[in-house]
Amino acid sequence: MSASLAMPAAAAAPAVAATFNYKVVRQFTVMTIVWGIVGMLVGVIIAAQLLWPDLTYGIPWLSYGRLRPLHTNAVIFAFGGSALFATSYYCVQRTCQVRLFGGPLAGFTFWGWTAVIVLAAITLPLGYTTGKEYAELEWPIDLLIAVVWVSYAIVFFGTIFKRRTPHIYVANWFYGAFILAVALLHIVNSAEVPVSFWPMKSYSAYAGVQDAMVQWWYGHNAVGFFLTAGFLGIMYYFVPKQAGRPIYSYRLSVVHFWALIFTYMWAGPHHLHFTALPDWTQSLGMIFSLILLAPSWGGMINGIMTLSGAWYKLRTDPILKFLIVSLSFYGMSTFEGPMMSIKTVNSLSHYTDWTIGHVHSGALGWVAFISIGSIYYLLPRMFGKREMWSTRLITLHFWIATIGVVLYIASMWIAGVMQGLMWRATNTDGTLTYAFAEGVKATYPYYAIRLTGGTLFFSGMLLMAWNAIRTAAGGQCADPPIPVTATGDATHAA
Amino acid sequence: MSDFTSSFWSWYVSILTIVSVLACAFLLYRMGRMRVAKAPQAADGKTATTGHVWDEDLAEYNNPLPRWWMWLFYITIVFACIYLALYPGLGKFPGLLGWTSAGAYQDDVRATQATVAPMYAKYLTMDIPAVAADPAAHATGERLFLTYCAQCHGSDAGGSKGFPNLRDSDWLYGGDPATIKASITNGRNGIMPAFGPALGDEKIRQVVNYVRTLSGLPADSLLAQLGRPVFMENCAACHGADGKGNQAVGAPNLTDSIWLYGSTIPTLIETVTKGRGEAGTLTRMPAHKDLLDDGKIQLLAAYVWGLSHTAAAPPPPAPAKP
Repeated sequence: MSASLAMPAAAAAPAVAATFNYKVVRQFTVMTIVWGIVGMLVGVIIAAQLLWPDLTYGIPWLSYGRLRPLHTNAVIFAFGGSALFATSYYCVQRTCQVRLFGGPLAGFTFWGWTAVIVLAAITLPLGYTTGKEYAELEWPIDLLIAVVWVSYAIVFFGTIFKRRTPHIYVANWFYGAFILAVALLHIVNSAEVPVSFWPMKSYSAYAGVQDAMVQWWYGHNAVGFFLTAGFLGIMYYFVPKQAGRPIYSYRLSVVHFWALIFTYMWAGPHHLHFTALPDWTQSLGMIFSLILLAPSWGGMINGIMTLSGAWYKLRTDPILKFLIVSLSFYGMSTFEGPMMSIKTVNSLSHYTDWTIGHVHSGALGWVAFISIGSIYYLLPRMFGKREMWSTRLITLHFWIATIGVVLYIASMWIAGVMQGLMWRATNTDGTLTYAFAEGVKATYPYYAIRLTGGTLFFSGMLLMAWNAIRTAAGGQCADPPIPVTATGDATHAA
Repeated sequence: MSDFTSSFWSWYVSILTIVSVLACAFLLYRMGRMRVAKAPQAADGKTATTGHVWDEDLAEYNNPLPRWWMWLFYITIVFACIYLALYPGLGKFPGLLGWTSAGAYQDDVRATQATVAPMYAKYLTMDIPAVAADPAAHATGERLFLTYCAQCHGSDAGGSKGFPNLRDSDWLYGGDPATIKASITNGRNGIMPAFGPALGDEKIRQVVNYVRTLSGLPADSLLAQLGRPVFMENCAACHGADGKGNQAVGAPNLTDSIWLYGSTIPTLIETVTKGRGEAGTLTRMPAHKDLLDDGKIQLLAAYVWGLSHTAAAPPPPAPAKP
């Protein structure tokens, strides 16, 4: 019954040959949950290692230094990446009213991306790394990523070009910016000189502080384009869909889109305050990070205000809860980020767990919440069902995840500010008041709270998996036909 | 201070930055000024959308930009302009305040030095045992130790595998004040060479058993007997014929019960086969003369000397925690 649910107009429009490509969307939707569980499990393990350093018996493959990049790669690129692939493929087909461009190329992006993730899961624990944060994968995998990503761009923009709608929907602007920028970032930052294929080894094409600057130009724009622009694309499709309301302001979306993608490119140097990076570069990173505040909030305003007139839906719809609360966390993190980029604040926050708290208020509160909300929206549609197997389980997931995020970020804020204050405290004789180990000791209780929060968030993902399995059971996996009515006059009688 | 290879890049950066900041302001100004056509009311009394529809029901209102949001945006742009006038940011232009991060650091260091210099000057005129007996010097020395030494020697100076215990009376290079001070100032580079290639497994097993007999540890007496000439030929040059070590080269005493890396047969075989302290391993005492000034080294030497001369040390203070 999938066709009749997703396409009420289909019955009235017979003899439609073309169908949407739901198969690749379904694959990425399912893998979002799988990789979410894997990535967050690794996160829970390394959080536990900070509490109990001997947890993994000194086995090198399971040491913190190797699992930590596995965690970040798995949650950002496997979990977040799959969510972006799934939602962008779904959104671009439906808002362009055409099947995905490129035929089997879309399927290739799924298997190619999966191969990248599996290779990451093998090589990172084995200790193969370039040592560049969020770009640790070695050169043969980097090449595969580039091929998959260019294929993704061809599929996405090919679909845009052959669209049957006169205008390009705002969500697709953000997806498009994300795809183009990530291609640029990956190719420039991963420029490296291969030394050997096995064992895999390469050296960066850049040296010294230039390498650091390129790395954080990449690193911060991975946040800006992968974890922000891409997920704003999700927001612009799924929030108005789930709320059943028009987007609040087209004009606001124009201003904040251009301002956001333009300004993000400058913000990277704030990761290198008080380092060998020249002062002028640090200053530019700081002022553009501050200018970035309003463009970032533009997306939050547009999402939350879309709900005006439909606030009551929040009471009963846990999917909408996920989507709207994600925007609150987005607003909070994008305020916190510019604040932390101010040199004076950064001198306290840098290298402390405050940064970890900030990252997770974005990664769990914003990225994971909006992914979870959109995946709950997609799952029944992917399996020909009217809704998820259990709405109450979604509500439970929402509350468990919310408590988990709050415990996580609150504990890391307190720990981070405490560490920053302890590290800079001095006595009248000029010596440090606290030895480094004292700061570590004082952080212990907060590591325990963080582990609790992370474990709660992780268990929410298990609930989601169970709900997904029950929803998929007995479902139909069919590609629904594309309605003949292109747009505009399509009266939706739901 | 200039990081630019030519003034071209300085101008390039400056102009690009100014144009970019102004471009943000211009975008905001134009879009904020643009008249929003008075949204016509649809037949049902609701505000009309832009008229574009996607995927059956996706539509957009065209509400004006929120005023408070525009002000927020403008304020950050104005702040950016003021900051770029006052602080380094536009290429070679140093900013009106002349601030640099290196200068700010130097100012901090100078201010601290001005307050603490008299204290360190006083201790530099005293000899090490006298400094060690001074409670204030002991407290400062302990905090310096926790900052600079505890990473390897431990918070309690008890050492660990490869890192000597500083509380006992056994010294690799000597425990008199001058030698301790020299160890801190110039570091120590003691190396136990790898004998694996030269001796082979069999002879190493023999010499290891012999070494164990020196401190009365249980050993295979036959192997130990065979190991004695091996020791005399290969090890005695540094460790002495009697195995009591040689502080001139930092060769440990092998006749006592103190072992830097461990006394088990497998560990001793590893030590003799692969050596210890080769380049690239973390077992060298680094020189601190470029990191710490004379005053700090004086207090650290006194603190370390005092650890094994407890009679001369001040009475244990109450736990120094505020």
